Amino acid sequence: MIAALLRRDLAKFFPFAGGGAALPVVFFVAVAMLYPFAVGPDANLLSRTGGGVVWIAALLAAILPLEKLVAEDIELGTFDQLKLRGLTEEAMMAVRLLAHWLSFGPPLVLAAFPAAALLNLDGPSLHLLLIGLIAGTPGLAAIGLMIAALTASLRAGAALSGLLLVPLALPILIFGAGALARQDTASIGFVAAISLLLVAIGPFAAGAAIRAAREV
Amino acid sequence: MQASASPRLGANGLACRRGDRLLFRALSFELRRAEALHITGANGTGKTTLIRSLAGLTHPYAGEVIRESALGLLDERPALDPDQPLGKALAFWQRIDGCRDPLPAIKMLGLEPLLEVPVRYLSTGQRKRAGLAALLNRNVPIWLLDEPLSGLDTAAIEQVTGLIQTHVKGGGIALIASHQVLAIEGLKSLELGDYATPNMQKDQFA
Repeated sequence: MIAALLRRDLAKFFPFAGGGAALPVVFFVAVAMLYPFAVGPDANLLSRTGGGVVWIAALLAAILPLEKLVAEDIELGTFDQLKLRGLTEEAMMAVRLLAHWLSFGPPLVLAAFPAAALLNLDGPSLHLLLIGLIAGTPGLAAIGLMIAALTASLRAGAALSGLLLVPLALPILIFGAGALARQDTASIGFVAAISLLLVAIGPFAAGAAIRAAREV
Repeated sequence: MQASASPRLGANGLACRRGDRLLFRALSFELRRAEALHITGANGTGKTTLIRSLAGLTHPYAGEVIRESALGLLDERPALDPDQPLGKALAFWQRIDGCRDPLPAIKMLGLEPLLEVPVRYLSTGQRKRAGLAALLNRNVPIWLLDEPLSGLDTAAIEQVTGLIQTHVKGGGIALIASHQVLAIEGLKSLELGDYATPNMQKDQFA
């Protein structure tokens, strides 16, 4: 049952699968392309600030699919039907979390290569950026899922989710981008720890939000 | 198929609210195998709320729900992806339910020519029939049907009524909330308005 659900969720959210699903990756690369035009072609400045820009782009790319992530299936009654088949909301949300992460995490890691080239990041920085993204994107996915579930039944949900994400994502951003500024891997450890915590509570928080949304 | 376990569905002193309004209270009934109950009541008396509560999707305000055996729900939302062709959308639920042979139900409900059509292009009645096909393929003993006949044409109404009849005769339980008259043998009926709180009735006629 879990496998069938994951297959469907992936088909729904994976890039290049449907209309606009590749948006996060396109958005991410577009930011990396536009940034040098905005600040000028100073190679030093680019390599110094580029890593931070990539992290901001990754964070914003992660919230692009939020609107569709949970609200649509609440409206369609998918979660209700799954519940009747004995699946808990937590399990549904854990599957959704995995699908959401797979839909933007690994593609962003791949897109970091062209982005690094565009922003003149050197080898060690790219290395830190890549492991940072691998460690941080699951946390971003978990934050996104929780917010999407919490705001699913609100009318201004989409606007609100963008606002809610910013403070929650700050720790990941500080340590992730900070690793690039200080060129040390210790910060990545913090990113991984925060991610792990968020991934652990994400399905429970999102599941509770879906249950609460039913009791209007 | 359904006779192995003895299914049971009931309510004991059930009260449900929506928002801050108590819709009905002190509702008790019990259905055993091969029994069907028709829930009637004006708009807003809480038919859908009752069904969702019986399904275990929401918590009742008071009282308890008796539910023994697996249960299927058909409501306004058939839970089929609007962007997917009907065949694929149904195939998802077949995989979830481990249904080996979905075609008889699909053929019976006349959905075969529609399998390639994206769900969002289907009419209300066609969606309803698709939801019913998914329900049939689940093979569960308890059916909760919320307005199963709305949007259906005369032929389909007759067919769906027949399906419910067959299900009940085969030892299943059906609880149907509907404004239409249902031609089902041995159908019991329950007027939800009779259980409304006094407040509620004042609201309604004010």
